[in-house]
Amino acid sequence: MTTFDPYAPSRDTTEGTVYSVTGGDWDSLVQEIGSTKEERVVVNMGPQHPSTHGVLRLVLELEGETVTEARAGIGYLHTGIEKNMEYRSWTQGTTFVTRMDYLAPLFNETAYCLAVEKLLGITQDVPERASVIRVMMMELNRISSHMVALGTGALELGAISPMFFAFRERETVLDIFEMISGLRMNMAYVRPGGVQQDLPAGAIPKIRDAVKLMRKNFKDNTTLLVGNSIWMKRTQGIGYLDLAGCTTLGITGPVLRSTGLPWDLRKMQPYCGYEDYNFDVITADTCDVYGRFLIRMNELEQSLRIVEQALDKLEKLEGAPVMVADKKIAWPAQLAMGGDGLGNSLNHIREIMGTSMESLIHHFKLVTEGFHVPAGQVYVAIESPRGELGAQVVSDGGTKPYRMHFREPSFNNLQATSAMSEGGMVADIIGAVASIDPVMGGVDR
Amino acid sequence: MFGAQGTGDTSGYGGLARTAASTGSSERPYGRYFDEVADDLERAYPMFSDAIERVVVDRGELTLHVKREKLVEVSKILRDSLKFEMCMGVSGVNYPADAGRELHAVYPLLSLTNNRRIRLEVSVPDADAHIPSVVEVWAGNNWHERETFDMFGIIFDGHPGLTRILMPDDWQGHPQRKDYALGGIPVEYKGATTPPPNERRSYK
Repeated sequence: MTTFDPYAPSRDTTEGTVYSVTGGDWDSLVQEIGSTKEERVVVNMGPQHPSTHGVLRLVLELEGETVTEARAGIGYLHTGIEKNMEYRSWTQGTTFVTRMDYLAPLFNETAYCLAVEKLLGITQDVPERASVIRVMMMELNRISSHMVALGTGALELGAISPMFFAFRERETVLDIFEMISGLRMNMAYVRPGGVQQDLPAGAIPKIRDAVKLMRKNFKDNTTLLVGNSIWMKRTQGIGYLDLAGCTTLGITGPVLRSTGLPWDLRKMQPYCGYEDYNFDVITADTCDVYGRFLIRMNELEQSLRIVEQALDKLEKLEGAPVMVADKKIAWPAQLAMGGDGLGNSLNHIREIMGTSMESLIHHFKLVTEGFHVPAGQVYVAIESPRGELGAQVVSDGGTKPYRMHFREPSFNNLQATSAMSEGGMVADIIGAVASIDPVMGGVDR
Repeated sequence: MFGAQGTGDTSGYGGLARTAASTGSSERPYGRYFDEVADDLERAYPMFSDAIERVVVDRGELTLHVKREKLVEVSKILRDSLKFEMCMGVSGVNYPADAGRELHAVYPLLSLTNNRRIRLEVSVPDADAHIPSVVEVWAGNNWHERETFDMFGIIFDGHPGLTRILMPDDWQGHPQRKDYALGGIPVEYKGATTPPPNERRSYK
């Protein structure tokens, strides 16, 4: 029938002819597909596809260029974090959760720590300075996460320059994270009871400068994309999902707000003291990719507003503790960043090694075994850049979580792929998936 | 790290495992909006006392323990009459010591209209791990139920396509059950097999 094509070998199966395209000469494949009478083609997009946000696999049934069925296949990045956490202490848990949704590590850590604090019953005892630092870090993280969403989303639709600008801004934020926690990603900075360490000297002026710089630089992307006729043609009316679709599918975050509903947990069910900050909930009424893009763009400015207010509060709270006073929960030493980039506390080492045997025992017990958490279960939800991030934590009274489950917004929202893209053109799937902004580390956990 | 035996628990405190005590039913008044939710549900659903086994208020959260036969009925009432428009998924918990109710499924619900949260909990025996699916009530529970099936082996009857979602299709066992040990699996690649880390070498 056909000659052997090294780039697109085919074999017959019970479901029909299967082509394995490995790149190179596409003409022969098109020719061969054209010779069959069937219009219907099933295409595997991913899991190794540059525009599927990591390892997402889409199984698309196409009639010509129209998508008749789209199914998402996930699980390629499953790492068993929830299972692993059952074998580690409550404090070590932050090191795991920070690696789930790797673009929003601080949100994972905060949701987890808020849940552990609720189980411990110390929600009110967390120092104000720790809460303000958490809010500031989360809002900076929201900027860096939205920047990846905007940059890669634009790149996938063919606009390269916005990606450079977006990653430039993200770099500014990651530099701040590095200055504060020593790490740019996966920092395990938020700990049950507070945060790992206080801000280093001179951090506040540096963050103020960064805020000023970002506010100026955000305009670059705004001028490139907002009102750009090519961008609008690629995004307006694409990936439509209305309020009814969002509620039945459990969709939250920018996708829900693009239907006009101002649902933001920071306003509706405040945590970490968000009720004390002035900011607006951004909505759109277009239910499409363009609306979600505008929401993310405008949320950047709102995050900057919150960061500025947090900095004002931090100046007033200079020197206040950043960890609960209860020595049975707080990490034994308040580490300070040394000149070598490592955390250390020489006074503490002198005490446990030289003067107090009891301190050494206390340190040893708390660090190796960890603290006990009273039995019970809680569900704590926060507003991550992608929607409601819920931590369902069960304790049996021991020093390790009995069960830890994350309700990941990426995982839930990715279900909307079919509703958003079926009946549309195959090229518009890219825009629809990008507007959901799934992070596969969070989807698969 | 290498050479770990048994469960692969290297923290040294694996022997301290304890069983979670089940909390008893809470007494009225429940506090906050919980009394209102319970009253509304009783009005809208006369079979309340038959369907709800226990009402637990703990740490400012309301949990309704629902009999599995009544789950779909109660869910529809909660969605339509009490305006819990959203179900934030389902997660499993395995209590091997709780004889006859080893597997629990937990459904956090959210009401956008009233800005409220409650939780449903269904418990089933390990030998008969069937729970009716609520996908017809909240379509977004589709993947969550697949994940809970994948991880705990709870079969959601009436689910449109209950297959594994995170683990490979031909995986044996359900990893997040308590009787499933934490440990590595051999990796096969291009004909060669690499043993899991805990069996590779022991520094003894």
